[in-house]
Order: sequence, then C-alpha cells, then structure tokens
Amino acid sequence: MIESQMSSLSSYKIFKGFLAFLILFLPVPLVLVSVGVGYLKIPPGEVLKVVQSKLTGEVSEDLKTYEAVIFNIRLPRILLAFLVGATLAVSGAVMQSMFRNPLVEPYILGISSGAAFGASLALGLGITFLTGVQTLAFVFGISSIFLAYVMAKTRGEVPVVNLVLAGIIVTALFSALTSLIKFFVDPHNLAAIVYWIMGSFSHAKWDQLLAVTPMILFPLLLIFAMGWRLNVLSLGEEEAKALGVKVNRDQLVFLSLATFSTSSAVSVSGIIGWVGLLVPHIVRLAFSSDNRVMMPLCASLGGSFMVLADNIARTAFSFELPISVLTTILGAPVFMFLVRRRARRVWS
Amino acid sequence: MVLEVKGLRFAYRGELKFVLDGIEMKLNDGEILVLLGPNGCGKTTLLKCINRLLKPIEGAVLVEDRNLIEMNERDIAKTIAYVPQHQKLPFPYKVLEFVLLGRAPHIGLFSAPRARDYEIAIEALKLLGIENLADRFYTELSGGERQLVLIARALASEAKILLLDEPTAHLDFKNTHRVLGTLRKIIKERGLSAIITLHDPNLAQRYGDKVAVVQNGRIFKYGLPKEIIDSELIKIVYGIEAFVLNFDNLRVVVPK
Ligand SMILES: Nc1ncnc2c1ncn2[C@@H]1O[C@H](COP(=O)(O)OP(=O)(O)O)[C@@H](O)[C@H]1O
Ligand SMILES: [Mg+2]
Repeated sequence: MIESQMSSLSSYKIFKGFLAFLILFLPVPLVLVSVGVGYLKIPPGEVLKVVQSKLTGEVSEDLKTYEAVIFNIRLPRILLAFLVGATLAVSGAVMQSMFRNPLVEPYILGISSGAAFGASLALGLGITFLTGVQTLAFVFGISSIFLAYVMAKTRGEVPVVNLVLAGIIVTALFSALTSLIKFFVDPHNLAAIVYWIMGSFSHAKWDQLLAVTPMILFPLLLIFAMGWRLNVLSLGEEEAKALGVKVNRDQLVFLSLATFSTSSAVSVSGIIGWVGLLVPHIVRLAFSSDNRVMMPLCASLGGSFMVLADNIARTAFSFELPISVLTTILGAPVFMFLVRRRARRVWS
Repeated sequence: MVLEVKGLRFAYRGELKFVLDGIEMKLNDGEILVLLGPNGCGKTTLLKCINRLLKPIEGAVLVEDRNLIEMNERDIAKTIAYVPQHQKLPFPYKVLEFVLLGRAPHIGLFSAPRARDYEIAIEALKLLGIENLADRFYTELSGGERQLVLIARALASEAKILLLDEPTAHLDFKNTHRVLGTLRKIIKERGLSAIITLHDPNLAQRYGDKVAVVQNGRIFKYGLPKEIIDSELIKIVYGIEAFVLNFDNLRVVVPK
C-alpha cells in the first residue's frame, strides 16, 4: 500500500518536473511560431528556413521579404513583449512574498500608474530619450509603492485590505496627475502620451529593445539569485528578523529591484495590469511556493503569456487591440476567484 | 549560566506605561525556565526583548557573558531561536521547505540551502518524530503538528537557547503533553536551554525546572516550581482561590 503510494508520489513528481521543463522551454517554439503570425502569414517551416539561412550567412532572394518581416518588425516586438511579461510576473511574485499576500502585484499597488505618471511627465516635458523616461518612471514608481506602504501600515503590520485600498488611492492619485499633464501639454506630446499609456508593443524597435533589456534582465537575475531569501522574508517581518535577516534592508533591495524592472517595462510598454497576479498564482498552484522554483517559471510563463496576448492583440481584429484590455479580461476573473476563496479567511 | 537579563525596561512606542520595568532574570545551562503570568503581563514582550526583536530602553541581556547589544542579527539568531505563538503562512510551503528556513542565520543573501542544511533539517524532523510529515503542506497540518514543525525549525538553526511563546496555546490535552514532553526530552538530550511561556501552573511544574512569575513588569517570584507555586501565588497572580494537592511526588493546582 505504502509502496504504491510512494511510487505514485514519485511518478507525480516526475510528471511535475517534466511539466516545469516544458514551461521553461515553451518560449522557444512560441517565438518561432509567433514571428510567423500576422498580416503576412509565414508557416513555421519557412520561419525555420529563414533562421537557418540567417545563421549560416546567406539569405536567398525568395526569403528576403520573410527575413525583413521577421527580423525587423516582429522579432523585436515579440522579444520586448516577452521581457515585459516576464518582469511583470516576477515582480508580482516578489511583492506577494514581501507583503505576504497573493493579491498584490505592481498594478494593484499603484507602481504601474506611478511609473506611468513619471513617464508621462517626461514625455510632457519633451524628454524623449529612453533613459530620461525610465528614470522618471522609476522615481515615481518607487514613490507610489512607498506611499501605498506607508498608508497601509498600522501598528507595525500591513493588513491586506489596507494595502489594496492604499493601492487604489495611489493609482487614482497618479491617474489624476497624469490627466493633469495631458491637459497642459501641447497636442503633439499629448498624442504620444495617450498612445503610450494604453499599452502597446507596436512601436518596438531593436534599439529600444537593446536599451531596455539590461534594465530588466539585470534586476531579474539578481532576484533569481536571492530567491531563497524571499522565502525567509515571506514568514513576515518579525520571524525573518528572528532568523537573523536584516529585514528592512532586504525589503528595500527586493522592492527596488522589482520596482526598477517594472518601471523600465512600463516605460516602454505602458500600463499592463494583472499579469503579475495571474502568472504567479498559476505557478504556485501547479508547482511550488518555493521562490527558487517559482521565479524562473514565472519569468518563462509570464513572458510566454504576454507574447500570446500580443499575438492576439495584433491579429484578432483589423486594428490593434490595446494589450492591457486583453490582460485585464484574463486577469480580473482570477483576482475575483482569489478574493472569493480567501474572503472569509483573510478579509474579515 | 547561559543567559542573564539585567534591569530590563521596555515601553511600546507612543505608550507611557513601561510593560517591562526592571526585569532581573537568569537562565542556567541545560535548564527549562517557565514564564508564568496573566494575559497581557508582558511575557511575549519579554521574549522579544531577549532576542532583540524589540529594543529595550534600558538594561542588558547577556548571553554567555556577551552583551546582545554588541551582536548582530545573525549572531543572535545563531544563538537564540524563537518559536512564535502562531504562524499564519500565506503560501503553502512543504514542511521540509519550512523547516529549512530555520537555516537562514547560516545562509547568505545570495546563497541557498546545501545538502548539509537539508540533512540538519531532516535530522530536526526526526528528533521530533515527524519526518513522515516532510512532504506535506504546512498549511494542511493540525495544530499539534504545526507546533512540532515550528519547533523543528527552531532546532534546525542549531541555536543553544530556545524561546517558545505559548507553544501549547491551541493544543488539546494529548498534544499539549506530546509537545512539551518531546520538547523537554530533546532539550535535556541535546544540552539546550529554554524559556517557555505557559498559562497553566500544572504544566509549569511538570515541565519546567524553574518558574518565573511576571507581574507589574518585574519578576515577582523565581525558583523551583514546588517552592513557589502555592495557593497564595495563584491568588495574587490569577486572583482566584485554589488548592495545591499533593499525590506522591505530583503536585496539582485545582481552583476551589
Ligand atoms: N505592539 C504593541 N503596541 C503597544 N502595546 C502593546 C503591543 N503589544 C503588546 N502591547 C501591550 O503590552 C502589554 C504586554 O503584552 P504581551 O507581552 O503580549 O503580554 P503577554 O504575552 O504576557 O500576554 C499588554 O498590555 C499589551 O496590550
Ligand atoms: Mg503573549
């Protein structure tokens, strides 16, 4: 009896491991298929041919159009979507561990709208170079989470309800401030702001991608490397401290990294909500709450999710859908489900 | 003597009243000291001041003649393990993963537990006789099992001094004795020392080597259980009349 249980247990583990492996490598086939999706359809076989001939050097005449579409237009966009999705999912997971609360993520905590305000301010002031936009996005992103945290903290604790409400207030505040900017800027800059806030990858270019990649990748790698410490922090301030952790310093480190990468993402993609909620939840449910396992899976799944959503956004209709519309439609029900399931235990 | 508290005073921020107002206390090597006292008398506060979760306003805590003030968080955590009253875990960790977190004082920011840390965590589970729980989710355990897992986590840190805050608060009769009995056995076998807060004078005299009673921010009585637990003490501390009955070597406190 016990033996059969044991063997079923281990085969279950093997199955899970296999699934995790699949998710980690999902991005490769997904990108190969995605570059073929769009107004000009390119079958996967042709995509492979283009990639192969590109690698070996010479691209034949009949593949030139495909090559241009794949490498100049679609690939940067797809890679950017992947990076943004990965960073939003990982940042969401980081914040959930830090605040001991599966209901928070950058969008709900107001980081996205803070960063968006910063970026709008930059655009409104006529700052168009990426580092300028990113810097202001980061400054206001970190201010907004700081504001939400201070507002929510009572008697040394940060209750769930307070945090979510504080997030709503911060989001409202920064949205209002962003509207104010829209009101005052000249029409040329206004168009740029409005278009950008809606969230889209349609302007992705190689130079933009290259500029933003280190800003996103570097914090993510650091977070991966510190995954286990995040487990300790998720025990709460007091217990982590009793376990010898410099809690305030570590919290600052993790929050800065997550906010930095999120703000960088927001400054190229606009506000995209709910990914940070949806993806970690799935990973936690299907695999583990251990952040060492979670982080890479969140990155892979979050990125893939965003690439998929963007595929739909750019092909479903004759016009482009704002990608945030799609992520909200998918993410909000999950939030609802989580809230309902936890309603009695956490919110009372 | 492993631990000594001298003239400790503490007040919560913004409060005028000193919760602890001149605590003098010592813990001898290999000994279990039980803290008794009514709700709100400051037992939890005292434990937290001892391992510097709270910062005393005055006074000193000496561990093997080193002043805690001069030690950093990690060194304190390597010396003193703290078992909180309850752990509300927001995420479903496996028991082994959870016990591993006790290794935190030994593991740096960019490191993760190695094979040796896993061995120590499993050893701690074995000591408590709950290695069969290793693969279960902490969030799905019973109250008694959770308490044992929390103790295992404290043991995994390899600290020599344990602080336990009401480890039996939510346990039934059997689990209360299982947890305290196991705890006492391990403390004696391993040469550890412990301060445990309890609510029941009967448990205090059964499992404690010494008893200290907290009242008005001070240690009101300190000594061997059989010397200090009597009807007069129960009357003063809990405000009720009680018999202290003697059977053979067993003393029992029963309210009148
Ligand atoms: N965070 C806090 N802020 C202010 N007062 C507190 C706080 N925690 C506890 N107290 C007060 O300190 C006193 C001692 O509390 P505590 O140490 O928890 O007592 P015990 O553990 O003996 O029940 C109580 O009067 C309690 O109301
Ligand atoms: Mg208490």
